[in-house]
Amino acid sequence: MKTSVREGRGGVQILDLKGKITIGSGDVQLRETINKLVDEGKKNILINMQDVTTIDSSGIGELVGCYTSVTNKGGKLRLLHLPPKINDVLTVTQLITVFDVYESEEEAVGSFAG
Amino acid sequence: MSLSSRFENIEMAQHLCGKLLDPENLSDETRHWILMALREALANAIKHGNGQDRAKRVHLEMDVTARILRIHVRDEGEGFDPEKVEDPLAPENRFKTSGRGIFYMKTFMDEVRFQRAEGGGMELFLTKNLAGGKEKEEKGS
Repeated sequence: MKTSVREGRGGVQILDLKGKITIGSGDVQLRETINKLVDEGKKNILINMQDVTTIDSSGIGELVGCYTSVTNKGGKLRLLHLPPKINDVLTVTQLITVFDVYESEEEAVGSFAG
Repeated sequence: MSLSSRFENIEMAQHLCGKLLDPENLSDETRHWILMALREALANAIKHGNGQDRAKRVHLEMDVTARILRIHVRDEGEGFDPEKVEDPLAPENRFKTSGRGIFYMKTFMDEVRFQRAEGGGMELFLTKNLAGGKEKEEKGS
């Protein structure tokens, strides 16, 4: 998996993910990237999932872990451009209600201001 | 086939399973969920079964007969009690970072059955009726 971080309006950290978030390939990388942002005091994080091709239960677990880490530090973690099959795996485990999911980057970035 | 306990081997097994499914003309969706269930089964055997011990093998058999896909996975680990696997939908488990793999297998396959293998390890049997799966009804419910 490839990751890149850019800064949006209001200091929102936009994490663009590309590739697979699966066991042994991307799952730990996601956690480390999020932890680094949190350690730097960047608490508003938007994960752009548009180019994520595959996720498994390990990847879902890491997303949940990242959500908990950020929230426990008083931050917010939100998801952008969720591919349909990832939406499905979050839905069947009832995690879709945990995450705030956006289809528009502008709207998503703006949501952190509220 | 017999695989060493490396996550990289999951991709190869998925590729072979995909080849096995090619003649069945499945929808992309059905095919995707079968391959995800296979991924979860192998990840479970490698991580929780064999503890990523590369000296231990994961044994995999896949067969399609009369539009029924049967997958058999056997690890060489200590085994576990399937009855003690926690429900990932329970509120107290919602934010756990693991424990969803078996749930996904059960969601996307028609039958998921564990048993202790003779001589040690766990055996997992996955079955999917390729003439009509259940994932469409369950997905999104």
